[in-house]
Amino acid sequence: MRIAIPVSDKSMQSAVCPSFGRAPYFLFYNTVTGEEEFLDNSAVASQGGAGIRAAQLIADRGTQTLITERCGENAAEVLTKAEVMIYHSIPGSVAENIDANHRNELVLLETFHKGHHGHA
Amino acid sequence: MPNNSLRVAVLSGKGGTGKTLVSVNLAYVSSPSIYVDCDVEEPNGQYFLQPDDPLSLTREVIEVLIPTIDPVICNGCRDCVEFCRFHALAFIKNRPLLFPEVCHSCGGCERVCTRGAITRSKRAIGSADNYRSDGIQVISGAMNIGESSGVPVIRHVLAISNNFPEETIVIDCPPGSACVVMESISDADFCVLVAEPTIFGAHNLRMVHELVCRSDKPFGVVLNKCQEGWNPSEDYCVDHGIPVLGRIPYDPLIGQLSSEAKLVSREYPATERFFREILSNIRKEVAK
Amino acid sequence: MKKLLILSGKGGTGKTTIAGAFVHLSGAPAVADCDVDAPNLHLILHDEVEPIREEFCGMNKFVIEDSLCIRCGACLEACRFDAIQRNTKGIYAIQVDACEGCAVCAYVCPVQAIREKEHIAGDLLLSISDRRVFSTAELRRGGGTSGRLVTEVKNRLFARTSEDSPIAIIDGSPGIGCPVIASISGVDMVLIVAEPSVTGISDLTRIVKTARGLGTRIAICVNRFDSNLNKTSEIESYCREENLSFVGRIPYDPEVVGAVNRGLTIVEADCEAAVAVRKVYEETMQCLGLKEI
Repeated sequence: MRIAIPVSDKSMQSAVCPSFGRAPYFLFYNTVTGEEEFLDNSAVASQGGAGIRAAQLIADRGTQTLITERCGENAAEVLTKAEVMIYHSIPGSVAENIDANHRNELVLLETFHKGHHGHA
Repeated sequence: MPNNSLRVAVLSGKGGTGKTLVSVNLAYVSSPSIYVDCDVEEPNGQYFLQPDDPLSLTREVIEVLIPTIDPVICNGCRDCVEFCRFHALAFIKNRPLLFPEVCHSCGGCERVCTRGAITRSKRAIGSADNYRSDGIQVISGAMNIGESSGVPVIRHVLAISNNFPEETIVIDCPPGSACVVMESISDADFCVLVAEPTIFGAHNLRMVHELVCRSDKPFGVVLNKCQEGWNPSEDYCVDHGIPVLGRIPYDPLIGQLSSEAKLVSREYPATERFFREILSNIRKEVAK
Repeated sequence: MKKLLILSGKGGTGKTTIAGAFVHLSGAPAVADCDVDAPNLHLILHDEVEPIREEFCGMNKFVIEDSLCIRCGACLEACRFDAIQRNTKGIYAIQVDACEGCAVCAYVCPVQAIREKEHIAGDLLLSISDRRVFSTAELRRGGGTSGRLVTEVKNRLFARTSEDSPIAIIDGSPGIGCPVIASISGVDMVLIVAEPSVTGISDLTRIVKTARGLGTRIAICVNRFDSNLNKTSEIESYCREENLSFVGRIPYDPEVVGAVNRGLTIVEADCEAAVAVRKVYEETMQCLGLKEI
């Protein structure tokens, strides 16, 4: 299974980035192989629709699970249509979040914030 | 557009300074006239200018164009997704997905699609009410809640105003100094800046002053809610050589009537002269 | 940390004057002015530190390279925002203020004479003093407040404030568009300053609808209530019907203008309005679940 997490640094000890659409990087973790891949988030420079763009990126990599602190409603729509499960991150590092996910301790993210409508 | 028309835009750095007070009363003293409400997030002029005949009020829905992608013709090349600067498009599970409220209606996706899969459809973003009120043609624009930009609504109401022959047009602008204000003053011959006598008022006057200077349009200031004591906004005008078109005193009765959405120049005749004086000074400034 | 947002549907209700008073009374260590179109709070806060500036980029805009331009006019025809003009000498130029950065002109140009250019929409300002962290922004020419800018102003504030701080006070944007929605996101409570007038009530209902859509707690106070007692009662009834906390009313007081012009918050002046504002403050703190701080 592939997990994606927005991160502030390219490290497994990094905290989960509070922003989804404008996180500088995404961690893609393969639970089967243990492979870790950090990708620059091309949406970070977007003036608007960053969440949509980031969600497209996540979906394109065949992600099944996203662990994030927050997520906008537009991004959530893209992810849901792409059949990506969105979980609420816990405080701590991404390594800790992956462990928590493995132990089924994470809860689904229920509330999605309004989009900024791309007006800069 | 009629040749002798005088288009006056009324602005303020922030709301609540008396922009609508000045606009609706200027429209009244210059009637037959047109009043255009470009404050499309909070169009308040309509409360002061009630329709002569509510049944004759026409409401036009204002629409913008958005793309419709035919999923049958679409071959999933994603050129449109990549092109869109606003990220209004996504492509998931072999289907294109549009986020209409993010779309800026630029037409780019339609242009880049080599398959002709994209056609235009409409989306409502606001409305314009149009009616007569005591010698004034009222055109009031309203943006739907949550929309990203009032600019298309403003463009639309300004276009409607060109259909009427009345020679004096008063444009009630949105507060602030953002792009919606620039759009509202785009056709104006003269700008009236309304300022209140506080340091906030003077600070906001400076911001809107900078905006009108960039527009190269002639302008003047109306000082509202004038009281005894230091008026920082008046000082600002003196320091920058800005003509003062009029001074409206702080008067609890003006406040009371305005809070009831009454036209003070009609209901409180002593105030009519303030607005006539402002209008006369505007005409003098324009003639220079 | 409790986050309190102060809003008013329309401008001029006294929102900033009240926000300033609340900052003074609470000694809030975290303050933001999200009214970026007309930021006024700093005029009564007097932090007197040089703010840390950070440029804030808006949409990239486009510029026509005249030396490459063949004057075909394709760009002008393609632009849906009327942002391209041709001057009397036949030179085509893109108006920065009207350009929305859609890239269609660059796409249609047959000779690639149009290039993309970074556009600085404004500057984020962060003032860090002994008393507090104060975050706001200044816009540059023709730009507008955006939801994204408001979010940045807030995020910058929270990044520099400890969660242990009791309260953060945010002076919000007027209106009912994206910037307001962005202001409301993530706050614990919204205090709406209402004006007792026909237009004030109309704007109040619109802003309540907007705030409700985001599920935030709402409290309402009336400023200059004595300018119209009937409308004030109307607002109080509305609060009862809609189950919204009514936290008090403040009279019109000429002393307020004087205090503001001397750069003071109302509660630093000795007047009726100051007494009323203190009461509204106490009620609001109670609604927030904070003991007197």
